[in-house]
Amino acid sequence: MIVSVASGKGGTGKTSVAVNLALSIGNAQFLDCDVEEPNAHLFLHPRIGRKEPIYVSVPFVNEKLCDHCGKCAQFCQYNAIFVSSDKTLVFPKLCHSCGGCFLVCPKKAISEEKHRVGTLKLGSAGNLRLVYGELEIGEPMAVPVIKEVKKHIEKSKNVILDSPPGTSCPVIKTVNGSDFCVLVTEPTPFGLHDLKIMVEVLREIGIQYGVVVNRAGIGDKKVYEYCREKGIPILLEIPFQRRIAELYSCGIPFSLEMTDWKHEFLALHDRIRELVNK
Amino acid sequence: MKQLTVVSGKGGTGKTTITASFAVLAKHTIVADCDVDAPDLHMLLHPETIKSQEFKGSKIALIDESKCTKCGLCRQKCAFEAITQNLKVDPIACEGCGVCRMLCPVSAITMTDRTSGYAYISKTKYGFMAHAKLNPGEANSGKLVTLVRQNASMLAKEKNSDLIIIDGSPGVGCPVIASISGVDAGLAVTEPTVSGIHDLERVLLLMKHFKVRPLVCINMYDINKDNTARIENFCRKNRIDIVGKIPFNHIVTEAMVCGKTVVEYSPQSEVSKEIKNVWDITRRNLQLDRD
Repeated sequence: MIVSVASGKGGTGKTSVAVNLALSIGNAQFLDCDVEEPNAHLFLHPRIGRKEPIYVSVPFVNEKLCDHCGKCAQFCQYNAIFVSSDKTLVFPKLCHSCGGCFLVCPKKAISEEKHRVGTLKLGSAGNLRLVYGELEIGEPMAVPVIKEVKKHIEKSKNVILDSPPGTSCPVIKTVNGSDFCVLVTEPTPFGLHDLKIMVEVLREIGIQYGVVVNRAGIGDKKVYEYCREKGIPILLEIPFQRRIAELYSCGIPFSLEMTDWKHEFLALHDRIRELVNK
Repeated sequence: MKQLTVVSGKGGTGKTTITASFAVLAKHTIVADCDVDAPDLHMLLHPETIKSQEFKGSKIALIDESKCTKCGLCRQKCAFEAITQNLKVDPIACEGCGVCRMLCPVSAITMTDRTSGYAYISKTKYGFMAHAKLNPGEANSGKLVTLVRQNASMLAKEKNSDLIIIDGSPGVGCPVIASISGVDAGLAVTEPTVSGIHDLERVLLLMKHFKVRPLVCINMYDINKDNTARIENFCRKNRIDIVGKIPFNHIVTEAMVCGKTVVEYSPQSEVSKEIKNVWDITRRNLQLDRD
């Protein structure tokens, strides 16, 4: 079963829920898809076995063959190529690797060049396997790195995917294909606002979901009212406790120290399985 | 005119709380909410929209089924796996490159405009605001951020304002890059947690990469004083100015629940006093003359 953990708003506790869930069920595979700011490794302290660069294909223009006709620049929807009367410039960071320029060039002057966008890391922590990506600083596009991380999904295992915050393309790429999405929210106006956007996203792509309320006790009751109204199951509540916040700040998954929580997370996973199999 | 972007790397460290408070304290400023896929600033500043515009960030392929011969070439060549097995366009996966249109042997594919969201120009109690809403699941957040910033610059000129305060999004990817490029300073709001520190270091590297002057503010500094000391050491070593430390307090959430900025909700609280200090030091760093 593939379970993704997302939120809309940042800092609601995605990584915390994902890490504690993975540790509690054991023998799982953890994919950290928040490649802009991957954090799960800070809590899992994995031994990294493999490290690989991640590349995308970008155009390389052979100036000897190029006659600067400008067809490639005209075709490119992303303004990644600029052609002047005597020079063709490529901006690899803007390129989406669609391959259009290779096809459109009448002189066959364009070939593929590798452009590094990130690093893939594979490792393990106890019986947990960890895969994560790290976007190169200054690179704008997270999606190719997320795709690379997701290529390593082992479907035979219980897989937990930690999503980036937000509701745009990197989030979609992460949650797409999962059997269930856990939406972690906090009972505040910001938490609720961004939860609603995520619910819309998941309805559109057709993924089953449920809510985990983190920092329960702060804020107001509107998240609960919303979930009741929409028939969204609240799968777990994690209270706002200083001890949990302190452990988090030190990089310690709280279920390791407050062991009753291990059962809560196991029950959460069982509940998700029930909902998926229904 | 100066521009300041509030960033963080990690989400939920308090960017919007601080941006909204700055908007109140700064007076006569333009605010831009550039967290376009999860904008929250409007819940504290309550803008009244004056103008809204459709944002067409990209194209999407449209297959004319009456012309399509089901050859499947489009599906084969699509780099984004956006053509399904029964040759339909998956609107979420399609990035609008146009390769399918170029290759289709019977010209059954056209590229059409796609509305990816809306940009707004609004008035608040404290001045003017540029903001936007990206439709759920859309790409092109970077382009929409650029549009919001253009709107903010236009407002600043029109209203003769000397400062634009930009609320950024978490991460270090395209919307963040679009929101920090060319600004006078980036204020990184962090928290003393291992994730906060890790993500702060990455967003500081991003600012260095784009030659943006960094400032750091440690929010909720008292939840882990050792980690706060670690951040202070790191900044000292790298010659990065820390503009303040804000304590943890539940009134920040209470203010949010009431839809108010914390500096208005509880002006005498420690949190508000410290935010005022942070604002004073930040504006001095930006060399803004205010009373």
